[in-house]
Amino acid sequence: MKNCEDISKGLIAYLDDRTNPAERRDVEDHLAGCPACRTRAEEFRALWKVMEEVPAVEPSFGFDARVRQRVAAEPSRSWFGWFAPQARFALSAALLVALTVWVAKLPSSHPQMPAPAPAAVAASSDQDFDAVKDLGVLEDYDVVTNMDALSQLVPAKAPETQRSDSKQTESND
Amino acid sequence: MARSDVQLMLDVKAGDEASFDFLLQKYRSPLVNFLNRMVRDTATAEDLAQEVFLRVYRARKQYTPSAKFTTWLFRIATNLALNSVRDNRHRRMGISLDAPADGEDSAPMELPARDMRIDEHMIERDRAEIIRRAIWSLPEKQRAAVLLHKYEEMDYEEIAGVLDCSEGALKSLLFRAYESLRVQLAPLVTQPIGQVRGGGGEGRPL
Repeated sequence: MKNCEDISKGLIAYLDDRTNPAERRDVEDHLAGCPACRTRAEEFRALWKVMEEVPAVEPSFGFDARVRQRVAAEPSRSWFGWFAPQARFALSAALLVALTVWVAKLPSSHPQMPAPAPAAVAASSDQDFDAVKDLGVLEDYDVVTNMDALSQLVPAKAPETQRSDSKQTESND
Repeated sequence: MARSDVQLMLDVKAGDEASFDFLLQKYRSPLVNFLNRMVRDTATAEDLAQEVFLRVYRARKQYTPSAKFTTWLFRIATNLALNSVRDNRHRRMGISLDAPADGEDSAPMELPARDMRIDEHMIERDRAEIIRRAIWSLPEKQRAAVLLHKYEEMDYEEIAGVLDCSEGALKSLLFRAYESLRVQLAPLVTQPIGQVRGGGGEGRPL
């Protein structure tokens, strides 16, 4: 026979009449031999009756109206309405796209573009070729420009380095 | 032929506002009562019930009938109620740890002694209020389980779905909750049923 602990789970289901025959038999066998659980079962049933004394409340008069009002205030379901809650996101995305396009259209002031592969250059238009044919000169110009900037930043230090760099630049020229 | 809740919700999904109104009429009272017993404040319960209906409406386009409609409905309600109770508790704790407050953080429930006559106690305290307070004193999950079982008359599978636990865990939860209520409400419970309401028991005879 099952003990009180084993029977506890099945007791509520037994009182609800929601047990299968085997479970019901187990509970009934236990109750027959256990006065404490039998009392508990009787008091559970009495408790459920007592709990019915709590009266139900009715929603207030304006409850339905308030729900309908809140539902009516919801955004419409048109395609525009679907976007409405994400307006800030949409605006941010549009601004980002506009900024990207604007930056892409700016004239390039930085000559350090990666050199295209020879095969790609051969396949490009004549205009593209004109743009890259003097790339070596541009790279040399960039090196000289950078060296000048370095010499301005650290004038007191490494005059020899500057001189050697200048020599190297001259040799490159 | 009456449409099922699931069919009504699918009709709402298809744009039928009248079906939403039908669901509102059908579940407004059970939801307000459940929430009122959960949060023990009628105004808060109504606010939360409105929020439940609003969430149902907002979710209509994504609705798929994977579970019973009431399981979904009461799961939303339970989660909102638990959040409300916790928020309220934290707010009160923020005001003062020593401040007196009603509800579950208040002074222990005033219970009649076991040997006290119920009618004597009734002079001071309404029976219904004692029962409400006893239910309120249960841990939140036990309280929700008892309310769904006793007052909403849901079956175990559905309550377990609402509370996101197994049926076995739910039966243990219910047993502990009713055992606690049996002890707390002993003066009311031990009075013969016939004297309380003049009715008999329900379910299977012992």
